[in-house]
Amino acid sequence: MNPTVLLTSIEQGLIYSLVALGLYVSFRILDIADLTTDGSFTLGLVTCTAFTAAGHPYLGFVAALVAGALAGGITAILQTRLGVQPILAGIITMTALISVNLMILGGKSNLSLLRTETIFTKAEEVFGSNGGLVVAATVALICGGGLVWFLRTQLGLSLRATGDNRAMVSASSINPAFTTTVGLCIANAVVALSGALLAQQQGYGDTTLGTGMVVIGLASLVIGEVVTGRRGGMVGAVAAAVLGSVIYRIITAFALTSNLGASNLKLVSAVIVAIAISYPTVITKIKLQQQKRGHSKC
Amino acid sequence: MLTLTNIEKTFFPGTVNEKRALNGLSLHLEQGDFVCIIGSNGAGKSTLLNAVSGEFLPDSGKIELAGQDITFLPDYKRAKKIGRLFQDPMRGTAPHMTIEENLSLAYLRASGKSSPFRLIGKKERALFREQLARLELGLEDRMTQPVGLLSGGQRQALTLLMATVVTPQLLLLDEHTAALDPATAEKVLALTQRIVQESNITCLMVTHNMESALTVGNRTVMMDGGRILLDLQGKERAQMTVEGLLEKFREKSGVCITNDRMLLS
Ligand SMILES: Nc1ncnc2c1ncn2[C@@H]1O[C@H](COP(=O)(O)OP(=O)(O)O)[C@@H](O)[C@H]1O
Ligand SMILES: [Mg+2]
Repeated sequence: MNPTVLLTSIEQGLIYSLVALGLYVSFRILDIADLTTDGSFTLGLVTCTAFTAAGHPYLGFVAALVAGALAGGITAILQTRLGVQPILAGIITMTALISVNLMILGGKSNLSLLRTETIFTKAEEVFGSNGGLVVAATVALICGGGLVWFLRTQLGLSLRATGDNRAMVSASSINPAFTTTVGLCIANAVVALSGALLAQQQGYGDTTLGTGMVVIGLASLVIGEVVTGRRGGMVGAVAAAVLGSVIYRIITAFALTSNLGASNLKLVSAVIVAIAISYPTVITKIKLQQQKRGHSKC
Repeated sequence: MLTLTNIEKTFFPGTVNEKRALNGLSLHLEQGDFVCIIGSNGAGKSTLLNAVSGEFLPDSGKIELAGQDITFLPDYKRAKKIGRLFQDPMRGTAPHMTIEENLSLAYLRASGKSSPFRLIGKKERALFREQLARLELGLEDRMTQPVGLLSGGQRQALTLLMATVVTPQLLLLDEHTAALDPATAEKVLALTQRIVQESNITCLMVTHNMESALTVGNRTVMMDGGRILLDLQGKERAQMTVEGLLEKFREKSGVCITNDRMLLS
């Protein structure tokens, strides 16, 4: 692989790593498969595109964060206050966002940011051709570091306990509806920020770019966990999410230049996620079978 | 310290399953009282503790804690002042979080109106270490390990520490040693006694062991049918035997029970 392609993959991986970080919060910490993700990624992307096109590239990030948090908040209210099943709550929000996202782009499905100032064009003025990498790495570092810090605070620990032991939480002074809401807001805000960065990096916004993002994010998360062997506690887990995302993008780049072909990538991601998540169950079943067989021999 | 006045609680009222679990129960605890509660299965012991912790609202009656009427206070607000342990050792701790993180959570939540973004510092970590060392289970050297790796007894001891790391106004123990093997149960009970005594915590402990009900703490309360049959303390309690307790139960309830049945409850 030539170095330029590799550096581009790393830059992309760092941008998408925010999706993996968001899913780490919702899927691993809160134990919720949050399907809002596809919608909130695109929401962040189109919100930032609209702001950037209007000449407010930095405000675009703030707006994307807020919009993502709102989307997560709606999913959270549906499931914690209104009794909608978690999966369905995510699907409802995601579906509604398809319309909202088109609305934000003024009814169009894409918008170009050609010759518009973005954080990436600014960074290239300062750092030259590596400007994009600097931006992506800085944002990933800030988000990863921020997440590690947050998960050690009182609220962060409460959030983790909510996903880890419901019975404990309901007998303590923690309100699980509140911590779940906070968690989903944070997760979707970070996911939306990823979409926002992508819009400015690519120089255009497109409402279809979020399709399958939840599976891609989970695949990245799982790849990272496998590579690091789930070591290193909190810091290890956050680093693994970022690393997994970078590896996923490098694999993607390989696939694009080889016979595998880009069109098969989502299939590969889906298989990775299915295998990785079913793996513990399969292992347990195999062990049980072995025990049974060993037993019948005696 | 804790005053319960005429507490009534009926489950499924007006149905065939109607169950009067608390029947005009009144109880008063002084600061530092350590009350052991015994009674046969279904006597209403757990229901009493649940009423105090706010798991449900009583149908009528009044609950006061440290001079404050808490009858209608939601459970998660009471939890700041009331520590709780259950029979199931898995219930009180988060298995994928480390010992230190579990203690941090308990500490940060219990220590007053702190900011949601507060962190644990060196001072607190040293405090946790010191307190863990006093459990004499070697947990102080395993602070960064996930709690899921601990045995039931170790988890229950840790839960006890979490409930008392910031001294609560009241500690509720619902057969918290019943799921442990006898040797571990004894150890956890001894720890309980020490911690309660050292911090002078007011405590309600449900036990199925009549022997310890007479020796642990300073009061023994016997329940039946959602009421208090017997409330022993002082000299009367010091002279009481397990046989005497069973005799009293027969006398008051008109039911003949064996020690075994009591033990099994
Ligand atoms: N949540 C509940 N719903 C319905 N019935 C209950 C509930 N909790 C307790 N009961 C009933 O109330 C009675 C007292 O129960 P409990 O307080 O658990 O007794 P114990 O003294 O053994 O702890 C029992 O008959 C029990 O079936
Ligand atoms: Mg009980």
